[in-house]
Amino acid sequence: MEGLSRHYGSVVALDNLDLTVQPGELIALLGPSGCGKTTTLRLLAGLEDADTGHINVAGRDITRLPASKRDMGMVFQAYSLFPHMTVQENVAFGLRLRKISSAQRDRRALEMLELVELGSQAGRYPSQISGGQQQRVALARALAIEPQVLLLDEPLSALDAKVRAQLRDQIRRIQLEVGITTLFVTHDQEEALAIADRVGVMRAGRLEQLAPPTEVYSRPATSFVAEFVGLSNRLAGTVTGSAVTVRGHDLPLVDPLTPAGPVTAIVRPEAVTLASDNSGESGPMTGTVIASTFLGATSRVTVDLGDTTIMAQLPTSEATKLPAGSRVTLTIRPDPVLVSADSAVASEE
Amino acid sequence: MAGLNPPLADLAADLTGRPAAARRPGGLRAAQRRRLNLFRYVAFTIFGLFFLLPLLAMVRFSLEGAKPGSWSVAAWTQIASYPGPPPLLSSIEITLELAVITSVVMLVLVVPTMIWIRLRARWFSKVMEFICLLPLTIPAIVLVVGLAPIYNRIERVNVSALMLFFAYVILALPYTYRALAAGLNAVDATTLSEAARSLGARWGTVMLRIIVPNMWQAILNALLLTVALVLGEFTVAYLLTYVTLQVNLFEISRNAENAGVLFSASAATLLFAFILLLILSYAGRRLRRGRP
Amino acid sequence: MTTATATQAGAQPVRAGRRPPLAWIGTLPFLAYTGIFLLLPTGIVIWNAFKGTSGGWTLSNITALNTAPVRSAFKGSLELCVISSVIGAILGAILAYAVASGNPDGMIRRLYLAGSGVLAQFGGVTLAFAFLATIGPAGLLLHASWYSSFPWGIGLIYCYFQIPLMVLVFLPAIDGLKIQWREAAENLGGSTWHYWRYVGGPLLMPAFTGAALLLFANALSAFATIEAWENQINYVVPQSISGSLISEVGLANVHQGDALALGLIVVVVIVMTGYFLLQRRAARWQG
Repeated sequence: MEGLSRHYGSVVALDNLDLTVQPGELIALLGPSGCGKTTTLRLLAGLEDADTGHINVAGRDITRLPASKRDMGMVFQAYSLFPHMTVQENVAFGLRLRKISSAQRDRRALEMLELVELGSQAGRYPSQISGGQQQRVALARALAIEPQVLLLDEPLSALDAKVRAQLRDQIRRIQLEVGITTLFVTHDQEEALAIADRVGVMRAGRLEQLAPPTEVYSRPATSFVAEFVGLSNRLAGTVTGSAVTVRGHDLPLVDPLTPAGPVTAIVRPEAVTLASDNSGESGPMTGTVIASTFLGATSRVTVDLGDTTIMAQLPTSEATKLPAGSRVTLTIRPDPVLVSADSAVASEE
Repeated sequence: MAGLNPPLADLAADLTGRPAAARRPGGLRAAQRRRLNLFRYVAFTIFGLFFLLPLLAMVRFSLEGAKPGSWSVAAWTQIASYPGPPPLLSSIEITLELAVITSVVMLVLVVPTMIWIRLRARWFSKVMEFICLLPLTIPAIVLVVGLAPIYNRIERVNVSALMLFFAYVILALPYTYRALAAGLNAVDATTLSEAARSLGARWGTVMLRIIVPNMWQAILNALLLTVALVLGEFTVAYLLTYVTLQVNLFEISRNAENAGVLFSASAATLLFAFILLLILSYAGRRLRRGRP
Repeated sequence: MTTATATQAGAQPVRAGRRPPLAWIGTLPFLAYTGIFLLLPTGIVIWNAFKGTSGGWTLSNITALNTAPVRSAFKGSLELCVISSVIGAILGAILAYAVASGNPDGMIRRLYLAGSGVLAQFGGVTLAFAFLATIGPAGLLLHASWYSSFPWGIGLIYCYFQIPLMVLVFLPAIDGLKIQWREAAENLGGSTWHYWRYVGGPLLMPAFTGAALLLFANALSAFATIEAWENQINYVVPQSISGSLISEVGLANVHQGDALALGLIVVVVIVMTGYFLLQRRAARWQG
């Protein structure tokens, strides 16, 4: 397979999208509802028509190929298993269509079920197993036909939080083991960052950034990406030279060629540190703690700086020392920040 | 995992779009959709004709004059004057009265019981459902055989055809129960009644002023079903030798097969039911909008 | 205070009754009414079927059913019901599919559903008149000689209310076919044919068969239309039953009408049980 390049324009859902996937790679398409990520997936699967553009898989143009002839395995968000067939029959279905002999079919189906660790449930019906198990069976079914590409349409969205995390890691493990090119659609940025080789952030039918998770997180290409992925503080600042000055701190820029002038800088909460302030004086970096949200190992502390609020993320042990009402001083770690040209400053959230 | 060959590839991630290629006239799925729509419209036309033609023919027949090809409303005016025995008009009257009585009795019997069950005797609802669905399994033709001796007793007290309402309520049960059950389900009766009772209302008030007003749509629905049933019911009336509209029409047809009044009366009945349906849906919409 | 069963989910009957005695009262009017006018008549029919002319118990009513006219009535009923329910089921399913595959909020769907609701009830004598006007001897569309033929002429008339009934009963089943199943089947390599053969068809079968059974029971019980269509000959069982009620001659035994009615109940109960069981099976897959 040669990976795929696709470019077409469709005013409503997808706006001239180009995307190429490496073989064996897992790309997560991330974005809010209506951004076109599911449309992209369905176009690839052949479940919808493209208005313009081409889809190539392994060098072959499959744009005109019907869905049943494309060699792809798809896992849907919900309801994808056939209720009147057992788990094993479900997994073997694609093989049955390909006229594979019954013995071989059963063997392969069981193989796949072992892969997703559900071999013991082979004789059960979908209504008898849990949601998470159903999705694993769906995965087994999609892989059973040895497709060139694996497509997952928000497969974890309908599941409980705990199951979601477990299944997410399991999917990634299997994907790496099998080595199959995968496209994973989700609106949950944690999922995307956790398992993808590259993350594609989409908005309104366009791909805003396509890069490995760490890059998307720490070097967001646009302010939309910065705000969608992870939390961010928007602070007023001024660009001079190759740094931006934010409340007395000089921070390096993601894009050193930003023109000088007033901007809004996007600062991650974990780049902000707090220290108890007993000096009694106010400055651009002193403020009062408003609230503290307990997240487990870390806590998010919201501080009122007078003209704006800022969020900091600290280990909980430190956060508990700074209850609401305490005066604190902030420092911003010099990580590269993204800035946007509009100088309107709004407090986060 | 044996059997899956890792693919090769090249790399490119392009954020800016290339100029769009010329628009293709829809893909495979659009073609599929078109084929489906063709089938649908053909089906609707054929079935539509099948269902409409007899109705139209009936109306046309009712407007036919003495010579074929001429028009006349004689069949319609005859509805009022057709002699019996008994006169058509009187059996229409009886049927309409019967419809009203049956509806009232049905509502008074079923609605409070259903609400009561919902609030105080949940376990009975299965029993009620079973009983209400029984008339589907025990057809009217069978029921009337068993009703004959009972009606013999009733006739000693009152010979009017209006006594048919006893049987008609039963016949209407399956349809009205379903409609009312759907309506009651939509109302959170338990919570409402608890709220009302905590404010001091008695059971009667709760039922009448709290729950029933929220079931208006379903009640109107049930009413329509009952009226339609009474207007069209023939078997029980005929075999118990009462004369209702349908029985009267039947007797007329035995004597004069193509009597115009048969068709005009039938068309009128259908029209009446249709108008009721319109009023119901209109009233339903207004009630829905009226509620804050 | 009697804040009784508001909190009970109704899943289990209240046992060590503190409150139930009171709750019983509310159901009495309903029970009394249906007891007298539904359960009692049914009981009377069943009871009388086994009563002899002199008042004792006997099976002779039932055995006496084995006469030519009764056998022909059952045969006629069977023919007419099979024809109208099979044709009604198939055509109704096609129409239901046409309605279901369209816009869920569209005009056509609402129109056809409302129409089905009305037409499924439109039976009786007026239906016979309507068809008389259409294809009867003086019919406007054509003078079909087979209009008065049994079972095809009357069978066509029966379809007029069977098809809408089928649409009403079967449409939910088609709606219950999740689109993901279709897409999954396609994705796994199946064509439209494959989908219907392995997925859609098997899933719809219980609902279809159940609905067909319902149609069968419906046709079996129908009386008014066929009586208005032709009342001189007892083609079907309901007509025989009516014959036993109205005419004094005809059946040797006074209680034979009851026996006939009992026979009809038995068949209908069997068919309806099949319907309910199949409905439950179909519902299980639509969850």
